[in-house]
Amino acid sequence: MIRVVLPSHLRMHANINGEILLDVDGEATQRSLLDALESRYPVLRGTIRDHVTQRRRPFLRFFACQRDLSHDPMDALLPDEVTAGSKPFLIVGAIAGG
Amino acid sequence: MTGVRVLVGTRKGAFVLTSDGTRKAWDVSGPHFAGWEIYHVKGSRADPNRIYASQSSSWFGQQIQRSDDGGKTWKPVDNKFAYDGVPGTHQWYDGTPHPWEFKRVWHLEPSVDDPDTVFAGVEDAALFRSSDGGKSWAELSGLRGHGSGAHWMPGAGGMCLHTILLDPVDPKRIFIAISAAGAFRTDDGGDTWQPINKGLRSEHIPDPHAEVGHCVHRLAMHPSRPNVLFMQKHWDVMRSDDAGNSWHEVSGNLPTDFGFAIDVHAHEPETIYVVPIKSDAEHFPIEGKLQVWRSRSGGQEWEPLTNGLPQSNCYVNVLRDAMAVDTLDACGVYFGTTGGQVYASADAGDTWNAIVHDLPPVLSVEVQTLT
Repeated sequence: MIRVVLPSHLRMHANINGEILLDVDGEATQRSLLDALESRYPVLRGTIRDHVTQRRRPFLRFFACQRDLSHDPMDALLPDEVTAGSKPFLIVGAIAGG
Repeated sequence: MTGVRVLVGTRKGAFVLTSDGTRKAWDVSGPHFAGWEIYHVKGSRADPNRIYASQSSSWFGQQIQRSDDGGKTWKPVDNKFAYDGVPGTHQWYDGTPHPWEFKRVWHLEPSVDDPDTVFAGVEDAALFRSSDGGKSWAELSGLRGHGSGAHWMPGAGGMCLHTILLDPVDPKRIFIAISAAGAFRTDDGGDTWQPINKGLRSEHIPDPHAEVGHCVHRLAMHPSRPNVLFMQKHWDVMRSDDAGNSWHEVSGNLPTDFGFAIDVHAHEPETIYVVPIKSDAEHFPIEGKLQVWRSRSGGQEWEPLTNGLPQSNCYVNVLRDAMAVDTLDACGVYFGTTGGQVYASADAGDTWNAIVHDLPPVLSVEVQTLT
């Protein structure tokens, strides 16, 4: 099971408490993980990646294992620790101050 | 029991303010969708329990929320706004072609007679319609496909379709306005559109009398006279008596004819309201005095309404969708400010009270009259 942590706004929007545990069909990549996430929570479609282009929304980042995976190819394999469930896949909103 | 429900969209959530017909004591609920920008909230005239809200965020994109119980509970409906076909380009600020990109919904306009039909005006400018209560959206692409579309250019606030007026008599006639393209009308339900900007004069564009390119801030109409339109343009308050075919200026004695909001009295089609703003460089009232100006003659002759409004050190703005009227007798007038106040008048503007005064910046105000 892959652990996914969403920013608080999206947890509230989708009525999610805490981490999400997801089964991903086939190889675990950003694309297959987001496909699985949106399949379970259709209300999240369009909130993490654009409906049309399927690109990550610019003010969101993907972190895991102390690395920024945001610019990795969507079909690159996720780190083994994420796939094994020992580390979460973090979807993080850009910090905005002021 | 007669009452009113004021729907307020703010930079950080939506608020629902309710009162009985006296409009003296108010209940406030919210924030709904806390932390999200709520550009517009509007109820259906056919079913006042049906309310639509545009919820957006620079981080998480667009959501459309729907309530079927008068704003007590909400559920997200579809948020996919895909342009019809190949989107093409419009002009960017530097004059280069720029692909049409969906950013947010500025305005939601429920149908006059069907709660499940609702129109959405979006940025980058386009008009969408849902016929299933917001579960799916389709573009009325004849507007964007109008021959001038490639030459539209965004204003400083983005290239937004912010006004949608549905003709209550002719269901095939719709008026819309875009910053900074101008006003358009369809007479065939949205298949084809024509620009309706004759008579507008805008000194800040190369041809002040151009067919398109005018920064129209807001249109208003009285439902009993859909051929008479009022316009707050970037500068100038304008009037059309022929469904937009031609316009003439009615700024008259206004202290400044810059502004955003404009609306019409519910029972007096010749009584209109604006909030003069000092200039396009200084988006606040002149001399820090917040004033609504009312014309009882359809323009030209205006009077300031100040009783209950701050007359010193007030430097807020009133945005284009932040004024509305109820249909009680006497007509109630409401507006919200970027300072977080919502002012209400239960006597057609003669006296005002802040019914809330510390909300986030107010983006939109709509009113439902409940019977």
